Amino acid sequence: MRSIRAAAVGAVTLSLALAASACGGGSSSGGGSNDSPKELTYWASNQGASIEVDKKVLQPELDKFEKETGIKVKLEVVPWSDLLNRILTATTSGQGPDIMNIGNSWSASLQATGALLPWDAENFRKIGGKDRFVDAALASTGVKGQDPAAIPLYSMSYALYYNKQMFADAGITEPPATWDELVEAGKKVSGGGKWGLGAEGSNLSNNIHQIFVLAKQRGADFFTADGKPDFTSDGAVAAVKQYVDLMAEDKVVAPGNAEYAQNQSLSDFAKGRTAMVLWQTASATFKSMGMKDDEWGVAPAPVQSGNPGSGTATNSMVAGINMAVFKNTDNIDGATSFVNFMTSDAEQKILNKAYGSIPSVEAAQTDPAFNTEATAVLRETLADSAAALPQVPDESQFETAVGTAVKELFADAAAGRAVTTESVKEKLTKAQQQMPNK
Amino acid sequence: MTTTTASAQPGERTAGTSSPGAARERRRPPGRIRRIGLPYLLLLPALLLELLVHLVPMVIGIVMSFKELTQFYVRDWTLAPWNGLDNYSMSVDFDAPVGAALLHSFLVTCAFTVLSVGLCWLIGTAAAVCMQDAFRGRGLLRALFLVPYALPVYAAVITWAFMFQHDNGLVNHVLHDQLGLTDKPSFWLIGDNSFVALLVVSVWKGWPFAFLIVMAGLQNIPKELYEAAALDGAGVWQQIRRITLPSLRPVNQVLVLVLFLWTFNDFNTPFVLFGKAAPEAADLISIHIYQSSFVTWNFGAGSAMSVLLLLFLLVVTGAYLFLSSRSRPAAGSAEASRSVKASRTSEEGETADV
Repeated sequence: MRSIRAAAVGAVTLSLALAASACGGGSSSGGGSNDSPKELTYWASNQGASIEVDKKVLQPELDKFEKETGIKVKLEVVPWSDLLNRILTATTSGQGPDIMNIGNSWSASLQATGALLPWDAENFRKIGGKDRFVDAALASTGVKGQDPAAIPLYSMSYALYYNKQMFADAGITEPPATWDELVEAGKKVSGGGKWGLGAEGSNLSNNIHQIFVLAKQRGADFFTADGKPDFTSDGAVAAVKQYVDLMAEDKVVAPGNAEYAQNQSLSDFAKGRTAMVLWQTASATFKSMGMKDDEWGVAPAPVQSGNPGSGTATNSMVAGINMAVFKNTDNIDGATSFVNFMTSDAEQKILNKAYGSIPSVEAAQTDPAFNTEATAVLRETLADSAAALPQVPDESQFETAVGTAVKELFADAAAGRAVTTESVKEKLTKAQQQMPNK
Repeated sequence: MTTTTASAQPGERTAGTSSPGAARERRRPPGRIRRIGLPYLLLLPALLLELLVHLVPMVIGIVMSFKELTQFYVRDWTLAPWNGLDNYSMSVDFDAPVGAALLHSFLVTCAFTVLSVGLCWLIGTAAAVCMQDAFRGRGLLRALFLVPYALPVYAAVITWAFMFQHDNGLVNHVLHDQLGLTDKPSFWLIGDNSFVALLVVSVWKGWPFAFLIVMAGLQNIPKELYEAAALDGAGVWQQIRRITLPSLRPVNQVLVLVLFLWTFNDFNTPFVLFGKAAPEAADLISIHIYQSSFVTWNFGAGSAMSVLLLLFLLVVTGAYLFLSSRSRPAAGSAEASRSVKASRTSEEGETADV
């Protein structure tokens, strides 16, 4: 009898505890405080070959920061497949890190949630002023005319990587500078199980990066000036068709690439199965896949004609990682001083060298490490011929809807079905209809 | 979600019978009250947990479905404007693209569920019946059959994703390279074949459960029935049709319902196999709703679709339970009479043979 009574008391206590904890949910509002000045939580994106590599690169720097300021930074490296969902969950619940990395194309979408600390003049002053940063990188930090929602941390751009030996075997002396030359070169090296160009047909973001540039080269955009989706303009349709035609019509991309989404095209390149790949800062990855630095060359990504530049001579999106502070952090001064630390000239050099990317801070770019053949191409592209993806709140929906349309078109091409202007237009129309109306 | 409603029924029933009892108890000595109240007291934590884990999120989901909960409002839901039935009317407007895509996804899911549940049941039952009689190595085979059910879903499905790869996958290697059944390697993870790929993985993953349940059900059929039938000259098929299947009826009723709910709601398999954007041919409703809410950041519309899915499953489950419970007592007697009849017909068959 006594044990039953004990059980009953236990049950009631447990119920009360549950009820109490159910009521005490997280509060999501609040504009930041300094309640916890000795600690920060940082979600880093996966920049190195693996999450372990990232931890090895970042931890010594975080220790340095702790030594300088006495603030301990708890690091979590979040894989790309989870990062946006984690940020969304953190935004919804108010339970997130103090600082995090975001893909720079998400800036405007995340800015719209109001969860990120806006970088007004006062906040910029704390990190040395806006002028320290590269213009191209700043263009991808939020909606134009509003205070940036994030600070550029690592910058990248697309370039054409090619296999020197395969080019030499096919008698190609110069890397292609235009799309026509790329197709021609691709046809020369194709055959016997080898292919001209690698693509990631099922990777929605990568599809967007490529067709965005091809549309720019036709003077077309996927959003109107007032931020409305405009996916079916002649330029946009032609851009998508040109990209998918590399597989469907020109046959320089292997059909199997239609289902690639996990950087398989890079491993094909490293194994000498494809001669070219359009990628952002791939050097570290090639090395980790066992390819020697002198086995591959790098050239600016192709244009329709002439030389890369602005406008229709754009040959890359502004790729990169931004750093954002959650507005409701309980260590707002610590968070801004951490951003200041990570964007300092010294740290920019160390981190970007480790990742093979380009510093977002002008002063750090003068380091000779960023003037090697591989990085010089990326740096010049970023400075002269890269354009920022649309900075509109619906950007992430655009990536999903149009990225999926391109994925489906690649699936058609792979199955041998015709890819026509009509079929491209139909898919893009469907994608546009899926966009939010409001 | 729906398992909650299914399990709520017995709970309701006990609660219903208890209230008059409790009233009567009031005038009795307090010891009785304590004894009767104790079980409910002990159930309290489970009830609260149930509320916390199942009902509260469900109610919040329903509330969300009436709001315009986009990226502009996720930070503070309370600020999201109410938009009445807009999310619902958008979801069921089958002439507009969002509704049409939802309807397409719903139909794909229905076809997938019917095929998957049917095949799981068929293979599971066939295997269980074959393994009914003891033979050397039966235990080992049984254990082997249960492996897919015991494996973690993610690990198993990612292995399938590797096998279904176009260039290096095992499936194409066998079908195309070794057996030469196809002209060229097929795509399994994109395009129309993705439906077949999804179905294969789902059946592979689901049939061991059917096997397990049917195997347990078979243990309860008295051996005498088979012996009697065999004496009366019933063949294997007749034994299965007249004894095994009717006796398994109550087991099958639950099994099919559970398989239906699991398969219809399956999210892990398509997500691991195809990623965030499933091919049109394999766009199951759960992943479609995920994409409508998480990827396009319209949580209100996603919730409305979830509520519609919940309603559909509730109706199907309710109708199924109603029909099966109404026919159950009759089924019991029918079973008895059928087995009697079975022996009779086999007798007749025998005499005819004679």
